[in-house]
Amino acid sequence: MIATEKTTEVSATDAATVWDVRRVREDFPVLSQTVNGKPLVYLDNAASAQVPRIVIERGGKYLREEHSNIHRGVHYLSQRATSAYEGAREKVRRFVNAREARECVFVRGCTEGVNLVATAYGRKFVSEGDEIIVSEMEHHSNIVPWQMLCEERGARLRVLPMNDAGELLLDELDALLNERTKMVAVGHISNALGTINPIKEITARAHKFGVPVLVDGAQGAPHLVVDVQDLDCDFYVISGHKMFAPTGSGVVYGKAELLEKMNPYHGGGSMIRTVTFERSTYADIPDKFEAGTPAIASQIGLGAAIDYLNSLDRRAAHAHEQELLSYATERLREIEGVRIIGTAREKASVLAFVIEDVHPHDVGTILDREGIAIRAGHHCAQPVMKHFNVPATARASFAFYNTREEVDRLAAAVEKVIEVFA
Amino acid sequence: MSELSELYQQVILDHNKKPRNFQKLEDANRVAEGFNPLCGDQLTVYLRLDEGVVREVSFVGSGCAISKASASMMTQALKGKTREEAQRLFEEFHGMVTGELDEEAQPNSLGRLKIFSGVRDYPARVKCASLSWHTMRAALEGEDTATTENLGPALTAAEVGE
Repeated sequence: MIATEKTTEVSATDAATVWDVRRVREDFPVLSQTVNGKPLVYLDNAASAQVPRIVIERGGKYLREEHSNIHRGVHYLSQRATSAYEGAREKVRRFVNAREARECVFVRGCTEGVNLVATAYGRKFVSEGDEIIVSEMEHHSNIVPWQMLCEERGARLRVLPMNDAGELLLDELDALLNERTKMVAVGHISNALGTINPIKEITARAHKFGVPVLVDGAQGAPHLVVDVQDLDCDFYVISGHKMFAPTGSGVVYGKAELLEKMNPYHGGGSMIRTVTFERSTYADIPDKFEAGTPAIASQIGLGAAIDYLNSLDRRAAHAHEQELLSYATERLREIEGVRIIGTAREKASVLAFVIEDVHPHDVGTILDREGIAIRAGHHCAQPVMKHFNVPATARASFAFYNTREEVDRLAAAVEKVIEVFA
Repeated sequence: MSELSELYQQVILDHNKKPRNFQKLEDANRVAEGFNPLCGDQLTVYLRLDEGVVREVSFVGSGCAISKASASMMTQALKGKTREEAQRLFEEFHGMVTGELDEEAQPNSLGRLKIFSGVRDYPARVKCASLSWHTMRAALEGEDTATTENLGPALTAAEVGE
């Protein structure tokens, strides 16, 4: 298992494990195409990672052979769909090392996941004068739902600041925590900076005040081995499409005792026990939070993506990503006029940068002409842009299927941008 | 698909580096703010409209080379135009960058603004080129904000999969 906290724990010998990137690339059909006449270089993995063949085939098999509505159905197809869907839940349980499968609620992705907790936990436990802590480096999806909750309940949103390297100031957390704090919501890895946050340290500090911690694992799940028991987080939220599964898949892990006490989220079919016009009673977890027909094919695809990840040597995959990150950082640093945004000591393979006097959108367009997909913009993290005093950044994010040659093409294209704008 | 050099022409790069009329207009009587919520671009367009004629026009804000150059060249093109002429120019510009107007075959008064025709090959950048124009139109009509949220190019039959 690779470390969930400190990437440096992957030792030199481990890093030397052979990672056959050519072999791995064959698992991803999308990677073999050309864009604008050049081989595609896909460096937008932090937005959506690509999908391996096994996931595509599993989704196709469901649609060809098993498609029907889950639960309740007594017929053959419904039973097959139900067992595939619940099988995916069990795969998720093992993937995050939850105690029980019922602690894993299927949602459409992290955005819905955070909204679910903010609504179902928030409406139950947050009242006027209470406080919610989010970090300065959060994605909008881990800010806005809490802000909406605070507005509704008359609560206060407080912000855990970071330094100029993009590292959270943990001592400030102790100063922010108090008896009115009802939640600490923080990302495992920053999508805008790449920072890996010390979650164990954060949960330990928050729990001293009896405050639960929600971890936005959108970027954590694809890059790190996640052990929710070891992290001791109360909620861990995952987006499937960022970990090689289809869009529309995702998970809220929550400690059973919390999920049980929470309000329901959406009302509708599947989430009830009995319904009368006077009153309805609700199903047990996780069904209580899964109203309506879910994205069955997508969640089964998430299960297949987990199978795929389990088939890899994840320690070697991680070491490969770290090597790409340091090589890319080195290559871009050599180019005059390039500034790296996010220089935390513990980083995942997300590399944000700006080029002097060139807007990131222009960088994105020129790179696209070279067949290179990156993201340009505020990355749904406007407070991060404000901290670094930039309107936007360009961001290259690497997965284990990227190569050193692709880093070279990125660096050459960045040089071309500077040439065009010289 | 056009070559990159057709999008980033020297004139555009020049206006990006040295945008014209890039300041607040103190005696403006029409002001509107434009937002591109997808990318965070923001600009303000100032107009002084006297007896139905655009006497002065300027802008401030941040954005990419395409949006900055477009705003800069728009301010040059509008000075001295009547309200109706400005409105027509907006429609022609918008038509050109969304591919609905063939600026070479159909009559228009786009003139130098034709160098933005390459933008239509970059659907993601159409809003960059048209943000200042939408904002100007909002100012002309006495509105105080414009957003490109729902103003993308119309879908082609190929995009719909027909």
